[in-house]
Amino acid sequence: MLKEIRSAGVDGLMIIIGLIIVISVTFMAVFSEYIAPYDPITPVGGAVEPPSSKFIMGTDSIGRDVFSRVVFGSRTIMFVVLLSTAMSMLIGIPLGILSGYAGGLLDRALSLVMDSIYAFPGLILAIAIAAMLGPGVYNTAVSLAVVYIPTYFRMVRGQVLSLREQLFVEAARAIGARGSRIMFKYIFPNLIYIIAVVFSLNVADAILTEAGLSFLGLSVVSPTPDWGFDLKNGQRYFLSGIWWPVVFPGVMIILLALGFGFLGEGLNAIMGREER
Amino acid sequence: MASLKAYIATRVVLTVPMILILLTLVFFVMRVLPGNPVIAIVGMKASPKYIAELEHQLGLDKPLWQQYLDYLGKLIQGDLGTSMIWGRRPVIAEIMDHFPATLELTICSFIVSIIIGIATGMIAGVKKGGKVDFSMRVYSIVAYSLFIPWFGMMLQLIFGVWLNVLPVGGRIDPLLEPKHITGLYIIDSILTLNFKSLVNALEHLALPSLTLGIVLSGIYTRLVRSSLIEVFSQDFIRACRARGLKTSSILFRHGLKNALIPILTMMGLQFALLLAGAVLTETTFSWPGMGTFLMERIEYRDFTTVQGTIAFYALFVALVSLVVDLIYAYVDPRIRY
Repeated sequence: MLKEIRSAGVDGLMIIIGLIIVISVTFMAVFSEYIAPYDPITPVGGAVEPPSSKFIMGTDSIGRDVFSRVVFGSRTIMFVVLLSTAMSMLIGIPLGILSGYAGGLLDRALSLVMDSIYAFPGLILAIAIAAMLGPGVYNTAVSLAVVYIPTYFRMVRGQVLSLREQLFVEAARAIGARGSRIMFKYIFPNLIYIIAVVFSLNVADAILTEAGLSFLGLSVVSPTPDWGFDLKNGQRYFLSGIWWPVVFPGVMIILLALGFGFLGEGLNAIMGREER
Repeated sequence: MASLKAYIATRVVLTVPMILILLTLVFFVMRVLPGNPVIAIVGMKASPKYIAELEHQLGLDKPLWQQYLDYLGKLIQGDLGTSMIWGRRPVIAEIMDHFPATLELTICSFIVSIIIGIATGMIAGVKKGGKVDFSMRVYSIVAYSLFIPWFGMMLQLIFGVWLNVLPVGGRIDPLLEPKHITGLYIIDSILTLNFKSLVNALEHLALPSLTLGIVLSGIYTRLVRSSLIEVFSQDFIRACRARGLKTSSILFRHGLKNALIPILTMMGLQFALLLAGAVLTETTFSWPGMGTFLMERIEYRDFTTVQGTIAFYALFVALVSLVVDLIYAYVDPRIRY
């Protein structure tokens, strides 16, 4: 794998940059307590102090350290997005395999439902679900999970449709392997690479949707540190020149989405090349 | 032409299950998910009697299947219910007050994104494989990753505060609002020859459309690029080259036209992205469209309006994807089967 990345030129470069960003933010999320200089939810300085050596990203409207909130905010967004992605995959992937392999009426019905959800504007669906479930990290994760189930379903199903016709599957069928065994022992391992690609691209999207939900005030409640939510709170003072409570969380959202985006793009390109 | 008619008929019939599924999804989200809408409206402290009364009024005391049938039956008649606050107006009337604003924003953003997308995609496709191509690829990923509220606020800061040339929010100067004809200010001000309003409306549109347009342009960069590369590998382009046509003439007269056809197919899904992005753009720029309206009503716990608005989105998306497919079938005869 490492060799492939090195020989992949610009695509390899994208993968490496993506990985660096993703790993750094993950590190930040896991070790927030050791990285953040202050408590993210208690005021530690004056209101809206500009960045200085004491507060490298300044303080927000009630005097909390922006840098510490950015650090702990990585934990919130990573937790929500990864939890929701795990849920989407857990539902979308098996359904996709089943639908693609079994075909027939089940496939048609499932595809119709998934395509319909897929066609609906993702953020608006998430807004509706989040508004009904109420705020909180788990509820946000559920809202995002529903939105992204069809993404995994469609990709996996499409792949299974072509795998199903391959010789090794036919061979397995010929020696009398049962459907469930073929699906999970023969087909599933061949899906892992494409799942990795879809995962990266999809997480990039889910990050923006999570940030969007919390910007709209539907995700976490005060005082939880969260990039989208902090950006919303800073918006009121932003145009009067207090840029730091907005710029830093926003840059982090974009950076993290970009990290996963580069990773997915690079992996996708390498995969495309191998297929050719 | 018979096959085109048959295609239209099939496509229209296929839209029905899609609409049904989407409306069912909306119903499921609004009624079946845990969380009692009535308690959400009046709060935990309300008396049980009041809660029961409100449940009855909303029809929530009926069995679920009956609620479902009622809901669909009313929707077919175009009845989205009545708002629960402020004069209890019909939800559809409230939506229609805000829909033109969203339509105007999404259309303008679409134009911005398609112009930037075609330009960047064309450059990348022609210079395939080089540094320029790579930078366009990076552009498409970066553009899509720009978080709309953040990007919008940066544009507000640059053009609204530092350069002080464009308004940072709202849809028009209230004194300049044109006479209501279509609700689209650009069209209305042109129809009434009110150029002061036109300029003012365009000024207000500039930053929100740029924000949403630029963010979504990256997708078109990618689509135009791959589509153009595909078209350029075909025989008729080679024939053009063999006849000694200039590259620019091949590109604009033959290549681009054919390359844009597949992009049409994607427009239905792009439109969903536009609508979703519009919610964030509208809240950032206090643009009085559907998104701002939806968020305001969620805050006021106006349950029927929220449900009606989401259902309206569903119907609208289904309709747009139908229209896009029909246009596509008309433009590209290969699609009719």
